[in-house]
Amino acid sequence: MKKDGITLARKRQRNTNCVAAIFLAPVIILLIVYIFYPIVETFRVSAFDWNGISSNPKFIGLGNWVKLLHDDKFWTAFLNNVKVMVLSILIQIPLGIAMATFVEFAGKKATIFKILWFIPMLMSSVAIGFLFTYALATNGGIISSISQFFGGTNIDLLGNPDTALYTVIGVIAWQFTPFYMVYCVAGYTNVSKDVYEASVIDGANKRQYFVHIALPLLKPTLKSAAILSMVGSLKYFDLVYVMTGGGPSNATELMATYMYKLSFAQFNMGYGSAVAGGMFILISFISLFTMRILNGRKEGR
Amino acid sequence: MENGYKMTKIKSRIAWVIATFFAVAAAIVAITPFIFMVMNSFKEKFEMLTKGVFALPDKLDFTNYIEVIQGNFFGYFLNSVLVLAVSLIILLMISAFASYPLSRFQFGMKGLIYSAIVACMSIPVHITLIPIFKMSQSMRLYDSIWALIGPYVAMGIPISVFILTSFMEQIPKEIEEAAAIDGCGKVRMFFSIILPMAKPGLSTLAIYNGVNMWNEFIFAYTLTQSQGNRTLPLAVWEFKGQYSMNTPMIMSVLTLTVLPMIILFVFAQDKLIKGMTAGAVKG
Repeated sequence: MKKDGITLARKRQRNTNCVAAIFLAPVIILLIVYIFYPIVETFRVSAFDWNGISSNPKFIGLGNWVKLLHDDKFWTAFLNNVKVMVLSILIQIPLGIAMATFVEFAGKKATIFKILWFIPMLMSSVAIGFLFTYALATNGGIISSISQFFGGTNIDLLGNPDTALYTVIGVIAWQFTPFYMVYCVAGYTNVSKDVYEASVIDGANKRQYFVHIALPLLKPTLKSAAILSMVGSLKYFDLVYVMTGGGPSNATELMATYMYKLSFAQFNMGYGSAVAGGMFILISFISLFTMRILNGRKEGR
Repeated sequence: MENGYKMTKIKSRIAWVIATFFAVAAAIVAITPFIFMVMNSFKEKFEMLTKGVFALPDKLDFTNYIEVIQGNFFGYFLNSVLVLAVSLIILLMISAFASYPLSRFQFGMKGLIYSAIVACMSIPVHITLIPIFKMSQSMRLYDSIWALIGPYVAMGIPISVFILTSFMEQIPKEIEEAAAIDGCGKVRMFFSIILPMAKPGLSTLAIYNGVNMWNEFIFAYTLTQSQGNRTLPLAVWEFKGQYSMNTPMIMSVLTLTVLPMIILFVFAQDKLIKGMTAGAVKG
């Protein structure tokens, strides 16, 4: 009798395993084919000197990786990525909180602002890249036209290596600030109305409510917003590739644009793979490290 | 006492004026490039330069739009719709399949499989680019829209499984137990109970992944080559080559590519916003 029970349970578990395997199979196969295998393959290819076409690539071991460590262009690109990351977090998230707070405090009247502020989100990175190449052009661009109106000269923000990266960061902020606004608005809806009312009854004004009550409650929201912005900035590609292509003179070169140009314009796929691999390692390392810090602090509290 | 009250009232009034000023400024910054795009799309080739960028167009002239549409615009549009529809259906179906055992079954390796899927969320697609490029060549899919389906589906899997799993976990166990007593098997349970109940999660994911696929650039740019096989984000590229000096023409192409999103925004604002921020659960 007991033995029967065991075999029945085992049978049931086997049935469960079988159903689970069938249901999981498509996802697992696709991830292996399109993510796991390519990652391994990229690292394998990075050990070759290969133009992507020839049928016998030359094995050079760690040659590409040694080159990568000494490649100023790559590290400049990485530094640019870090600048984009830091400034994106510092610009977009505070602006997002400010906008969300305004919408939250002003109530229904501010809906029109919410709608207008959201508009940049409707455009793709590629479309924004193109739009701003024209909007920032010296001939018939927005900034130059305003400058000319006030008697100034044409301003070439994207053509000047000193300003190009910051201009790009500004455009990225234009694109993504609405995202963090909407995100914080959603965070606010999790902060219950009762808490606000209770704080008002206790005599808190709006500033006190914001600093001492809303902000701490928004912390988890802000934390994931920061991680999201971080990972996003490190793998940024579309907009920069369209707008500047990494120029002028590598001023806006990012890891991803560098990798792309190496692999698909210069057909140096061996070294391009090493750059992609380096990018993968750096991004994984930085995001694991940050998540650890952010989560560790939470546990320590 | 009354004075103090008045003071705070004045102070808060001033604070509101300042806040509103910044709000208006932010709104102007947000929409100026947009207005620049739409307004200049109606202008003639040289009108923009002679009249100034911010001057209203002489007349509401759709010539640019007609020319763009008579070009290959519908080709790109159709390709985008096709890729989107096929990828999205496959993605949602298999993600729902995978989330079912991950949320409702107990079996060995469950934790491992789940973590492996979710860990893929922060992987930059660039590392997969060269191998997928080679793969699509050897599978003879290169330079066809079908080459995009695989990467698009794979790209959306991690977040979709993550969201659907947590969604299905919230469906009460009792429903399932009652059905099991009635003799409902595990497979039928999925199709007749779990899947219908996961519909809200699926619709949010459809928007999130749909917007991403609609705007996707790097795979489309790498895996297709000829004009007839490219998707909408690349349309601007082609038109730019054709009309490099004709800015208003480029602006009409841009406006047309944004149009579907604007329509969606007008008719389903809340759903769109909710869908687009669904990815924010990452981390």
